[in-house]
Amino acid sequence: MTPAPPPPAPLRRAIAYLPAAALLLAVLCLLSLTFGSRAVPIGQVAEALFDRARVDPQIEAIVWHVRLPRTATGLLVGAALGLAGALMQGLTRNPLADPGLLGVSAGASFAIVLAVAAFGASTAPTNLIWYAFAGALAGAVSVHLLGGLGRGGATPVKTALAGIAVTFLLGSFTSALVLQNPLALDRFRFWAAGSLTSADAGTLWQVTPLLAAAAVLALATAPALNSLALGEDVAAALGRRVGLIRLRATLAITVLAGTAVALAGPIVFIGLVTPHLARMVTGPDHRRILALTLLGAPSLLIAADVLGRVVARPEEIQAGIVVAFLGGPFFIALARRRRLAEM
Amino acid sequence: MSTVTATAVEDRPRTLRPAVLGLPLRPRLVVMCVGTALAAFGVFCLGLALGDYPVPLVDVVPALWRSGARGTVFVVHEVRLPRALTGVLVGAAFAASGAVLQAITRNALASPDMVGINAGATTAVVAGIVLGFGDTLGTPTLGLAGGLLGALAVYLLAWRRGSTGFRIVLVGIGVSWMCTSATDYLLTRAKMHQAQEAVGWLVGNLNGRGWEAVRPLGVAVAVLLPAALLLAGWNRNLQLGDDVARGLGTPVQLARGLLLLVSVALVSFATAAAGPVLFVSLAAPQIAQRLARLSAPPVLLSALTGVLLVSGSDLLARHLLPDTDLPVGVVTGAIGAGFLLRLLVRSNRAGSGG
Repeated sequence: MTPAPPPPAPLRRAIAYLPAAALLLAVLCLLSLTFGSRAVPIGQVAEALFDRARVDPQIEAIVWHVRLPRTATGLLVGAALGLAGALMQGLTRNPLADPGLLGVSAGASFAIVLAVAAFGASTAPTNLIWYAFAGALAGAVSVHLLGGLGRGGATPVKTALAGIAVTFLLGSFTSALVLQNPLALDRFRFWAAGSLTSADAGTLWQVTPLLAAAAVLALATAPALNSLALGEDVAAALGRRVGLIRLRATLAITVLAGTAVALAGPIVFIGLVTPHLARMVTGPDHRRILALTLLGAPSLLIAADVLGRVVARPEEIQAGIVVAFLGGPFFIALARRRRLAEM
Repeated sequence: MSTVTATAVEDRPRTLRPAVLGLPLRPRLVVMCVGTALAAFGVFCLGLALGDYPVPLVDVVPALWRSGARGTVFVVHEVRLPRALTGVLVGAAFAASGAVLQAITRNALASPDMVGINAGATTAVVAGIVLGFGDTLGTPTLGLAGGLLGALAVYLLAWRRGSTGFRIVLVGIGVSWMCTSATDYLLTRAKMHQAQEAVGWLVGNLNGRGWEAVRPLGVAVAVLLPAALLLAGWNRNLQLGDDVARGLGTPVQLARGLLLLVSVALVSFATAAAGPVLFVSLAAPQIAQRLARLSAPPVLLSALTGVLLVSGSDLLARHLLPDTDLPVGVVTGAIGAGFLLRLLVRSNRAGSGG
């Protein structure tokens, strides 16, 4: 690489913003542990976290078995969605690329409805997560295979069209099943709202290594995405192996998005918008975009979850609904102010 | 299926292109239009002939003009024709609307659900069902009002010293998120039977449609489809980009506004009649574009493809499972997806890209 000096201002800004984003995320996690249908003061939360034996068992149960898994789900799902979105936008060079287009949501939805229809009410919510995960992976893999059929391999447009086709195919099967089976509809309508409450600690521990591996792969692909941003021919001329980059990024996106959908249901906005927000702060370098997205996306999701618990007390509004409802106006304002197309 | 095999025919050298309505005449496009129209008419007649009381195919066409045995005329004209016609009109409206929209946004993934119509209509209808004011206002009215309001919101919010196709799509995504989240919220709060009714509408359905569904939609299509065809020249110029279109003498904002209005009105009326049969507006233009081998979806061929898609799907939906009338949306989804994939694979093999 020639010693071309990178634009200094975004670099300094990014370096200043990363600790700020980390701090914000930590504060939001604390808020998520304290707020809810029963408010637990921060002092008691700290006590419950660090000295489990001494606190009121009820509070210990709330913090450890309800709020902590929920907050951790928010962290994992938010980070996964943000990274998957940033990778996808970088890979396809399409500012509107969204992990939902890959067929993961459709695959997971169909798998859940099928599982409930086939095995009935005995299916536990935590088991549904694994069905959803399998469905999400199957959906994504079939989209990639179909998009890459024939000569020329997978191009972003072909993959997107294949994604739409698979989404509608599975969607129509899902609708048919749901219309015939009231129990499946009942499970499905709550899952489709996008909630952070379905995963328990055991499931979270099981998926964390998978997500961590995918996140490392994603971050490692970032420098290659910078070359790819110049166009595939230029990237190849710079010595990048475009096919390999695509394969690695696709693998990471599939695992990240698939796990996120399985844990929390289809959640919009996070994967599409947080990379753009990060890019406004950091500039076009994908290493910084991915790093900031990793911290910013979970902040947004956890904030939405806390808000959903507070506004409708004692009831709750699912995080996915809050994200979409507040994300809509924000996205519109963004679309009016800036050209999202500039990448 | 004759239209499918016809795609294999070699491109003829097209040196002579007489102009019709300011557009060059493309022999391949004409052949495809005629073929698709014939296929659609065949499926339409088959739909009128099959059912619990089968009518011989030769008696179907006379029965349309009320000639033939009384029982046959009753079954064909009063029982099956309204549903079949609703299917034809819905297919044409969704597909033409999608073709116009994909052309003005220059985006193959643009479909009317992106500009807030389906989202608005869905939220209005589901709110009507769940909150209980749907019975007094009527589902078609709610669907129409919600769709138009959603589209109006998108257009106004996207207006900033003029509109651009891309900004309309972006704002449409935002509005769709809000409406969909409201719908999801309503569904989680609904009683089970309300949720079932709402989901049944959400899929898109032609079951039990009578003449009262045909009339408003028929008038709308009769006015709006020719309008879309007349505006095709502007549509073509807009695809070259705003600056080039302006250079060619197209009033860019007026053209885009009018085209959007036509697209929105078409899809709103269709949604009011049958619910959001989503896939048609997305897939039919793409299928038509590949059939005609053009760079943008042709409106008339898209509409005919949409008719074929919806009529054929409804035929299957009625007869696929012996005891249940599946909603047509389930079958359009499956068929359209399969067809789109098939075309995708073909174009991949030919090396011409997606």
